[in-house]
Amino acid sequence: MTVIQAVREAMAEEMVRDSSVFVLGEDIGARGGVFLATDGFLERFGPERVIDTPLAESSIAGVAMGAAMHGMRPIAEVEFADFIWPVFNQVVGEAARARYGTCGQVRVPMVLRAPYGGGVRGGLFHSQSPEAYFSHTPGLKVVAPATPYDAKGLLKSAIRDDDPVIFLEHKRTYRLVKGEVPEGEYTLPIGRADVKMSGSDVTVISYGLMLHHCAEAARAAAADGTSVELVDLRTLRPLDAGAILSSCRKTGRVLIVHEDTEALGVGAEVSANVSEHAFEHLDAPVRRLAGPEVPAMPFSPPLEAQFMITPDRITAAIADLAAY
Amino acid sequence: MAFVVELPQVGESVTEGVIGRWLVSEGQTVKKYDPLVEVMTDKVNMEMPSPASGVLTRILAAEGETLPMGSPIAEIDAEDEPAPAPPAPADTLGTLTVGLAVGPTGAANVPQQDAAPVAPSEAVGGERERFSPAVRRLAERHGIDPRTLSGTGAGGRVTRRDVERHLAREGESGGSETVPGDEDRSIEVTPVRRMIAANMVRSAAEIPHAWSMVEVDVTGLVALRKTLAERFSEDTGHRLTYLPFAVSAAAAALRAHPIVNSSWAGDQILIRGHVNVGIAVASPGGLIVPVIRDADRLTVAELAVEIGRLSEAARSAGLSPGQTSGGTFTVNNTGALGSVSSGPILVPGQSAILTTEAVQKRPVVVGDDAIAVRSIMNMCISFDHRVLDGAEVGAFMQSVRGALEGVGTETSLDRVLSVEPGR
Repeated sequence: MTVIQAVREAMAEEMVRDSSVFVLGEDIGARGGVFLATDGFLERFGPERVIDTPLAESSIAGVAMGAAMHGMRPIAEVEFADFIWPVFNQVVGEAARARYGTCGQVRVPMVLRAPYGGGVRGGLFHSQSPEAYFSHTPGLKVVAPATPYDAKGLLKSAIRDDDPVIFLEHKRTYRLVKGEVPEGEYTLPIGRADVKMSGSDVTVISYGLMLHHCAEAARAAAADGTSVELVDLRTLRPLDAGAILSSCRKTGRVLIVHEDTEALGVGAEVSANVSEHAFEHLDAPVRRLAGPEVPAMPFSPPLEAQFMITPDRITAAIADLAAY
Repeated sequence: MAFVVELPQVGESVTEGVIGRWLVSEGQTVKKYDPLVEVMTDKVNMEMPSPASGVLTRILAAEGETLPMGSPIAEIDAEDEPAPAPPAPADTLGTLTVGLAVGPTGAANVPQQDAAPVAPSEAVGGERERFSPAVRRLAERHGIDPRTLSGTGAGGRVTRRDVERHLAREGESGGSETVPGDEDRSIEVTPVRRMIAANMVRSAAEIPHAWSMVEVDVTGLVALRKTLAERFSEDTGHRLTYLPFAVSAAAAALRAHPIVNSSWAGDQILIRGHVNVGIAVASPGGLIVPVIRDADRLTVAELAVEIGRLSEAARSAGLSPGQTSGGTFTVNNTGALGSVSSGPILVPGQSAILTTEAVQKRPVVVGDDAIAVRSIMNMCISFDHRVLDGAEVGAFMQSVRGALEGVGTETSLDRVLSVEPGR
């Protein structure tokens, strides 16, 4: 099963299970969504539960938030994460604070799905990785799965969660990444990382598309005699500090890889956690490998290739850290 | 001028050496190419020749110390050079290059101040003086000075693994006190003993051993040996034992069952192209396993001579590294010690090990329910159950047995024993 199929299946199952779940977004009805995440939903669930919205992201978020406050469980789709900025005000300014500001009287059980990430020739306006902005905000949960299994289990948990969840799906994984998804009902807990490969020499921490590049690099490193432990964060907020720290204590060497730019990114937060709580276990400086400090993904293919982190670069970074 | 002696690179894939006995002591004069120090690598004890003529001014590596190849082990005040100044104090420029010089592969031109392994107080600055939090924590907990360790990290940095390795070695070697009387007594572990221990622990821990034994009727072989032994010894100067027959039979059977001549490689099984049979030899320092290359191409007579030569060399510690590496299968003549059954531990990297047990006369049932006195030898095999199942090993052992039981007084020593097809 592909990631996009897993996403579709998770939403359909939850809509069958719970009549308060509905989807809204641009072109998600008749068109089935720009990536076909809601393909066939309009016929199956009807126009009251599959709502095509105007081209106004702020209203998508506002409508979703209002419905959530009144007992519904909306799944709002932002066509591309690049268009998420009008949503920012509603989500960060209101949804994240509602429960806190009302002493728990008002909950906002909404999911905001956003296809994100580059490497798809999307240029400046169809390639962004917005996770750091939302991960900074208390009151939000941010999930970024890498595999079909994780995508389905985590999206179902996100829909059932009583707080707003930003659910980030890397566009390049949609059809590229295939994986086993068990028949039948299962959910995965938000806030738990997953050790995708067990190893002893270097811990590599990543998520999303980069996780797959890291796995390829880890296999190359293994051929050179370096044993890599690959940790998939899966949830960016709240971070699974326990899983991160226990792997770091095991290997003493940590590399964090993400496509998003480096400064004040997820890697910075992971790195800070490690140096605060696993300092005496570190045998080398914590390293980050992240996107370059430029304002956006370039449109030019050679420049985009430069922006995207490749397995070769990760392999080199692992070797460098292993030799430290 | 001081000449720094480094541990030389010997043999492929050898990364570490253990310092054995120093044959020249500090202050003595040594000639270039004269034996300087014994160095043990994987089960081999060799004498390292001096790379320069002069006075051995300092020994930097103690006996029993394990060091990466390329590490400085001594300094020689080389002839035809002005006498050196006394060893430089710690604060000279040389200390800055200390960290750069000692890499895992061993760089040349190590400055004389890099006496780190035994003279840590003189190695100051550079990467050797910087310790990661993990190294500090481990060192503190175990009460060791990380400056006394040799580092394998970038620029010679002492890594967490270096400390862990050091602690593991300390744990293995145990104490060195000796007390008289009836009380317990500790003896030093020799480098060879330590290597045997490390290999055996690795093998026993990693490889799921399975075991089997067959009885072989060697009455014909005993008769043949009786008629030829004396003459063979006079002609070649080597004893004709049962072992070359067993090796020949095993080598032929390995050709017929190549899966037994293999190595577990994680997600693959590596079938070895050559049949290189190791022979376990008891030496004063411990078990040594010289390797007979392409044993399947040698006749019984050639094998007997080769086994004789290698055994003598092993006992007198005269084997080169090449003579103990590259084995694909091992034969151990435990019968020489009177054993009738044994469960050997595999040599890491091989899939099976065969023993030949003592030949005994026994009453056995033969032919038409008659009882006869026959010479019987047990052969035991331990094998890696990841690679091999009982069926394959059973077929292999049938081939070995068939080859040996086919030997009679007519058998020529100038041929390779053959395995009957289908057996």
